[in-house]
Amino acid sequence: MKNFFAKNGPIISTYFLIAIGFWIIFLIIIPQLYMLDLSFRPNLPPLLRGGEEDVYTLTHYKHFLFGSETSKDAYNYVDLKVFFTTLATAVVITVLSLCFCYPIAFYIAKIAEHKTARLLIVSLIVPFWINELLRAFALRILFAGEGVINNALINAGLMDNAINFIGQDVALFTGLTYAYLLLMMFPLYNSLESLDTNQLEAAKDLGSSTIRTHWRVVIPHAKAGIASGSTMVFMLTAGALATPVVLSSPNTFWFTQLIYQWFNMNDNWSRGAAYSVLLLLVSVIFVLLMMKLFRVKVGEIVK
Amino acid sequence: MSADVELQNISINFGDFYAAKDVSVMIKKGEFFSFLGPSGCGKTTILRTISGFLEPSQGQVLIGGANMAGIGPNKRPTSLIFQNLALFPLMSVADNISFSLEVRGHSKADRRARAEELLELVALEGQGDKKVHELSGGQRQRVAIARALAIEPEVLLLDEPLSALDLKLRQKMRSELRAIQKRVGITFIYITHDQGEALTMSDRVAVMNEGRIEQVDTCQAVYEQPKTPFVASFVGENNPFYGEVTARNDSRVEVLCDGNKFVAEISGNDRQDAQNLAVGQKIILFVRPESISIKNNKTEMQNSFSAQLDSIEFEGHLQNLFLTTASGNKVRLSVPNAEDIDHLTAGQTMDLTFSAQKAVVLPEGNLAVD
Repeated sequence: MKNFFAKNGPIISTYFLIAIGFWIIFLIIIPQLYMLDLSFRPNLPPLLRGGEEDVYTLTHYKHFLFGSETSKDAYNYVDLKVFFTTLATAVVITVLSLCFCYPIAFYIAKIAEHKTARLLIVSLIVPFWINELLRAFALRILFAGEGVINNALINAGLMDNAINFIGQDVALFTGLTYAYLLLMMFPLYNSLESLDTNQLEAAKDLGSSTIRTHWRVVIPHAKAGIASGSTMVFMLTAGALATPVVLSSPNTFWFTQLIYQWFNMNDNWSRGAAYSVLLLLVSVIFVLLMMKLFRVKVGEIVK
Repeated sequence: MSADVELQNISINFGDFYAAKDVSVMIKKGEFFSFLGPSGCGKTTILRTISGFLEPSQGQVLIGGANMAGIGPNKRPTSLIFQNLALFPLMSVADNISFSLEVRGHSKADRRARAEELLELVALEGQGDKKVHELSGGQRQRVAIARALAIEPEVLLLDEPLSALDLKLRQKMRSELRAIQKRVGITFIYITHDQGEALTMSDRVAVMNEGRIEQVDTCQAVYEQPKTPFVASFVGENNPFYGEVTARNDSRVEVLCDGNKFVAEISGNDRQDAQNLAVGQKIILFVRPESISIKNNKTEMQNSFSAQLDSIEFEGHLQNLFLTTASGNKVRLSVPNAEDIDHLTAGQTMDLTFSAQKAVVLPEGNLAVD
């Protein structure tokens, strides 16, 4: 610490400490602790808070698992189903995103000429200058029953009836994959870019097919980038709100929509907090498990 | 199995730029053949063409008599050792070596056995389970050689693989490479800008300049009977004297260089080329620094001139004397360190002499730029 002050001078050092301290304490620790605390408290009207009834309870977590006390079902099938569907869909989206980004990132990093590569990167970034909600609505316009795609296909005489892209959740999958595309693309691109091109040639010279070269040389090299991109896409997809609200079919419910309802429509912050904590916890555990499975360390991911 | 490699009129151009122009050479079966030239002379382009990473714009590559047009690098009987070796850092040493067998579907036991065999060949027994980064530079070099030899290529291509090593190790690896080549008996094609490497290892050398081959010959011939001013000045040190031919017969040429009359003998091999020299033609006469002696009664030879001593440089086994002639021509001569030259001082004029046998006369042309 003394060294840090000596090296950077008192003004810059103090600024750094305050900025980092504010970030960690006020933006990360306090809100999360408050949420955690809230999730264990009963939902009371403001007047009763801090009174005799305000004691720690597991009632919200119980509600998630077993439903309301008046329900006849053994478990809270509705919420559990939404929860696990959300996680499973997030996994599928992550895999889709990886499959989509890998060839593009590889092309930009290793095959394209310098100029083409730059143009491609710019054209990947520019659409993301538009707000996430607007992008979702744009996709809705494309995928709607009388939307651009259906109209084009019908007018071209390729089909007679419109496809229900939104009802079949095609729009949702497309929207979510696209929403966090760059978070997969850039870590992948970075790790692929650092691969020595001679390694590709060496593998080829030794007789390797393209697929085997990718499997044995490129993917192992890009593992950290894949893990980093996948973690971010998975976390953000599981926690997405705007895109599912705009693009999901009437039957598909995203877990964040549930949380949103508890907070805003039902005015039950405690339960909303409990559901948020659950989502965070399970997502983190899931990511840690995946990292263990693919033998990636946290240090490699943040590289 | 070993194969010969024939390049027939290979030209490679990128737009207007010719990386190789009309290169033809026949590399014999089992030969250690080097392409020697300064960076940018097209030697790497030639190697990439032989390995199949580059299709020639014109001409063809024949390996073992078979035309290689349209055959990719993974289907050619060649193996390439990259300048930076390009070992796979995430695989063990043994996996690196047996990668080409893995690709061809060999069993695990098979691969392991072959890897051990090759590790023994390159004197790395028992190091198969190590990671590449645990090895030293010289050991990595040997792993790269073993990996390239695993599929039993007919031709091994080497792209300056020693350039990253320090001097001592490089010298050691030269003789090791040569020994490995003798043991496996296949054709080695070696690319280098380091003439020391080319001359110590090769059976024959092709000296390249600006995409063309200037001369293909044995190491000794390239050094002693250069065919062009570029070869004469690129391979080893040389002193050029500009002048013109005053007389010529079948065995000797007389030239006049800045007022000095010199005589050069024409050896059997060069007779054909010497026919092209006409009286009055502009020429360059080359004499190696080690072929010039300080003149006294014992050493006097056919050719003499004098020059002023500028400086003396100590180079271990040699001492280099830098001189300037009256007409401003820079001359360098090397004397063995054993020779006593303590009495010499900068600024003094010295009488020098060299033999007509050691002088080479070539039509005027471009020298290699340092």
